[in-house]
Amino acid sequence: MNEIPGDLKFMKTHEWARVEDNGNVTIGISDHAQGLLGDLVYVELPSVGDEVKAGNACAVVESVKAASDVYAPVSGEVVAVNSALGDKPETINEDAYGEGWIFVVKPSNLAEESEELLGPDDYAESIEDDEH
Amino acid sequence: MSQKTILNETHRALGAKMVDFGGWDMPLSYGSQIEEHHAVRRDAGMFDVSHMTVVDLHGARTREFLRHLLANSVDKLKVSGKALYTCMLNEQGGVIDDLIVYFLTEDFFRIVVNAATREKDLAWIEKQAAAFAVKVTERPDLAMIAVQGPNARAKVQSLLSPAVREAAAKIGKFSATEGDDLFIARTGYTGEDGYEIIVAEKDAITLWNKLKDAGVVPAGLGARDTLRLEAGMNLYGQDMDETITPWEAALAWTVSLEPGRDFIGRAALEKQKAEGAKRSLVGLVMDEKGVLRHGQRVATRQGDGEILSGTFSPTLAKAIAFARVPAGVTDGVEVDIRGKLVPVRLVKYPFVRDGKACEGI
Repeated sequence: MNEIPGDLKFMKTHEWARVEDNGNVTIGISDHAQGLLGDLVYVELPSVGDEVKAGNACAVVESVKAASDVYAPVSGEVVAVNSALGDKPETINEDAYGEGWIFVVKPSNLAEESEELLGPDDYAESIEDDEH
Repeated sequence: MSQKTILNETHRALGAKMVDFGGWDMPLSYGSQIEEHHAVRRDAGMFDVSHMTVVDLHGARTREFLRHLLANSVDKLKVSGKALYTCMLNEQGGVIDDLIVYFLTEDFFRIVVNAATREKDLAWIEKQAAAFAVKVTERPDLAMIAVQGPNARAKVQSLLSPAVREAAAKIGKFSATEGDDLFIARTGYTGEDGYEIIVAEKDAITLWNKLKDAGVVPAGLGARDTLRLEAGMNLYGQDMDETITPWEAALAWTVSLEPGRDFIGRAALEKQKAEGAKRSLVGLVMDEKGVLRHGQRVATRQGDGEILSGTFSPTLAKAIAFARVPAGVTDGVEVDIRGKLVPVRLVKYPFVRDGKACEGI
């Protein structure tokens, strides 16, 4: 298991969110999630300009084995998507917390919604609970 | 409580991700299932298939019994060691299981059936065997390792004694030989050349480790599924079951309707053939990105069908599938993926053979 970066917040459904210096939020799936899914072969991205709502499905990651929805950790407007995943979805397997980011949201209700997210330690604990 | 093959600890020591498969605790992959898939297409990989059920049939009337039990004709088996792929049908023509039968001597045939169907298969076979005084013996003392890929045979042969090596090198496709306490069959479920080796449980771990030292890559059920679908091979329970006849499962090539042989299900099959089957199994390729999956709705001008086996093909880098559709569908096929209709091409499969994409795929 890779080290979980300390500046990330998590959903129990394994999405991570990082608040960038400009206030936007970068979103991806956790290293644990990519491990569960196995080799990723397709990512269905949202479109730039889409309004997403916290807790709603807005992307899909598919491995050979299964398709899995990606839920938005925060509400807002999609301002960037990682188009490189179109040709190289396996980037998520290789670097889930870095090059494997999926999309960026300009948040509309960050202060309140980030309260709902888990810190790295709590997320690590929730994974362990899953495994027992 | 799931069952374990003799190699269970070996898989775990290799770091395998384990899954339940038909009541067995089996390796899904040892890391990347795509890399395992490529290892089989390009070099050599091995699968623990000890969960499959080996059944030995003994008795003077064994051939006569199998003429009655199986939809393919064991009369095609003339030389000792020769193997045949066939369905075992119920009276309605539905597929109870698909299996391989090996002819060894006139009073000894061996069959290998699926793991998930073990109990009903054994019950059915024993029930039918009684009238022919054939003795049905399950062989749980045997393990089985499939070694597959363009270099698989050479790697296996390097581990054999000279005489057995020569015999193993000589056998043709769909034939078996015995030696060095191994039953070596040139069969498989990947579309590559190779062997399926039946070995005593007590010797299985040693054989596995020797193969690994010879450079054969351990591969899990994940790779096995993508390999067999690329090779155009049906999976029991997904592509056919007791409600589906061979005509509806693209298995007509395995049915032998030669005159004078009254096998179980024949009357139903002949009736359906005369009337024309209403459904057929077809191969699909999707050129757009995404993955075809079991259960997705298939839309055609003649009505809806559904995806049976669907996956991402590592060799082709696109999605492939088997679908059951109304008979007569040839084009204009779309698949409903999360509410969006995506066009797919209906193709002649196999999709991949001997490492390469087939023509028209």
